[in-house]
Amino acid sequence: MGKTTLIRCVVGRVVPDQGSITVFGEPVGSDAARARIGYIPQEIALYGRLTAAENLGVFARYAGIAGGALAEAVRACLDWSGLADRAKEPVMTFSGGMKRRLNMAAGLLHRPRLILLDEPTTGVDPQSRQRIYTMVEQLRSEGVSVIYTTHYMEEAERLCDRVAIIDNGRIIASGTQAELVRQSFGSQCELVLHFDADSTAGYSKWAEARGGSPQGASVRFSVTDPAREIARILDAARSDAIPVRDLSFKAPNLESVFLHLTGRELRE
Amino acid sequence: MILSIMRTGFMSLRRDRGALTLSFLVPIAFFTIFAGIFGSRKGGTDPISVAVVDEDRSAVSQRFVSALQAEAGLRVSTGPAPAKGGAPALYDSASAEAAVRAGDFPVAVIVPKGFGETPFAFGPEEGGPKLRILNDSSDPIAPQVVYGLIQKSAMLSMPDAMAAGGTEYLERASGGLTPEQRARLDQSMADLRALMAAKHGAGAREKDTPPKGSATLSGGLIPAEIRDVVGETKKSPLVAFYAAGIGVMFLLFSASAAGGAILDESESGTLDRILSSRVTMTKLLLGKMAYAALLGFTQLTVMFLWGALAFQVELFRHLGGFVIMAGVTSLASAGLGLTLAASCKTRAQLGSLTTLVVLVMSALGGSMVPRFLMPELLQKIGYVTFNAWAIEGFTKIFWREEPVTHIWPQVLVLLAAACVFFAIARRLARRWEMA
Repeated sequence: MGKTTLIRCVVGRVVPDQGSITVFGEPVGSDAARARIGYIPQEIALYGRLTAAENLGVFARYAGIAGGALAEAVRACLDWSGLADRAKEPVMTFSGGMKRRLNMAAGLLHRPRLILLDEPTTGVDPQSRQRIYTMVEQLRSEGVSVIYTTHYMEEAERLCDRVAIIDNGRIIASGTQAELVRQSFGSQCELVLHFDADSTAGYSKWAEARGGSPQGASVRFSVTDPAREIARILDAARSDAIPVRDLSFKAPNLESVFLHLTGRELRE
Repeated sequence: MILSIMRTGFMSLRRDRGALTLSFLVPIAFFTIFAGIFGSRKGGTDPISVAVVDEDRSAVSQRFVSALQAEAGLRVSTGPAPAKGGAPALYDSASAEAAVRAGDFPVAVIVPKGFGETPFAFGPEEGGPKLRILNDSSDPIAPQVVYGLIQKSAMLSMPDAMAAGGTEYLERASGGLTPEQRARLDQSMADLRALMAAKHGAGAREKDTPPKGSATLSGGLIPAEIRDVVGETKKSPLVAFYAAGIGVMFLLFSASAAGGAILDESESGTLDRILSSRVTMTKLLLGKMAYAALLGFTQLTVMFLWGALAFQVELFRHLGGFVIMAGVTSLASAGLGLTLAASCKTRAQLGSLTTLVVLVMSALGGSMVPRFLMPELLQKIGYVTFNAWAIEGFTKIFWREEPVTHIWPQVLVLLAAACVFFAIARRLARRWEMA
């Protein structure tokens, strides 16, 4: 089970083989649960030939909004997505980023308490991505719960209070960013030595003997006492005539945690 | 390079089941249907059903009616099927005309009183009372064939009467025969009468084999009046029939396209969004069916309006019947469109399936070739398609001008079809509910 399947379970579109899910105490699939959830699918789930305002009107009606409240919800969502000036244009003429923003807005018309965002920045230009981050941060500041799935760790670092890492259908770690780093690395940091050579073939044995992991034209060391261990490794390199071009020092982040937990092998 | 391009084309075709079906299965299906319609005739035609009324009741007219009954190209009926335990009844001219109007027979033949005295006419002002042929011009071929077979049957069954009439005409035209000529002619006529009496008394004749090749049957020695009893008052008689046939076929295509929107929604993720809102699958399908039905109703209305403007289809005189038939036909089409869409995974699949189903249904159901031209078996098979029921309903209203209450069988069948199709579509749509 992947991220999208999990999200669809929460929405009530997929029935899990075992276990149960409740949304604010209501069983998934119930009208009460549906009313509290704003689902924003990974795909652009809009009608291309309809205008932005017409699309929002359609989904507002599907959400049970009618009359004056409908017009107000459409106007608010157009403003929120920054598309008020394009309200009367067909969605098929929009850029990828504009479609993404409208796609998000269509899930918020009924002011849900929980928003499920499934990889909302896939294929989006940097400007629109920043706008989407701002929109999510605005929702969070308004007290809305957001479940956000992503492959981009910097997004999770920026937007999420708590992170769960799913690998092969299982949550293999969860917690705040600091907790995940501490669980995976303790107080370890990462020291990377870069060489002039194209590869570390000639230095592999030297690096492995000192606890390093060769990779391309660099070697990674995990260090717990940076001040002492950096000096020790650089001394060893100098005495063994290893030509170090550059070195970098990095505290582990979510990406490090992810790679540490899931490995570096390519996935399907 | 060219070979590589060809190879790529064949590889793609092999993996595209829809395109494969369209390329091979549809032509075979059509070939089979049309071969069934036209190929099974083996040079002849199916017997034409004819109601025959003998008002003359003379020996000559009875011989003539017997000859018609023996004719392989005709299926003669002289009276309606008797009720259980009831006495057999005979058609009179009024009930025969009513039977043609009701579509029970494409042709009725009335043998008038006095016909037996001078059945043949050798000159323009000659002969006695004319035969009356009543026809339904929705089948324009039948009266012509029947007229030809009447000439043939008359000549074979009444050579003595033909000879007597011919001699009389000859005598008048030539100024009279010599006594010797008269005596020899009388002897020949007596021999001919004796031969006919022996032949007629020997029991039922064997059925004649239908004529083959270029046998000419028209002669015109038996004078007849042909009257189109169904279409005689109509300005443009058969247009309504074709409007119904073509209309239903295109209704099916557009209903399938409308139903196919759910496949687009499934592919784009919109269906997920809709079903996670307050809309349930049943409501969604009902909405889509209502939309497709309304679209279909509008299409039929536009088509008949155009028919009224350009071809004098009497839409406004039959507005009630039109609204009922267009409504139930659109509902049934919408149901089928939804079922087709729900049974497919992609638009491409739906396109192929729709082409196959709609064209086959239209061919069998009479949208392409009128069903009265088909062999009896195919006419019966046609009833499994709702095209046949829809066309029949429209024909009753616009062609036979029957009251609206007469179309209840067609209305019931089409409504039932709509309900069954919706139930099937709802069942198939379960795969989208908890994907």
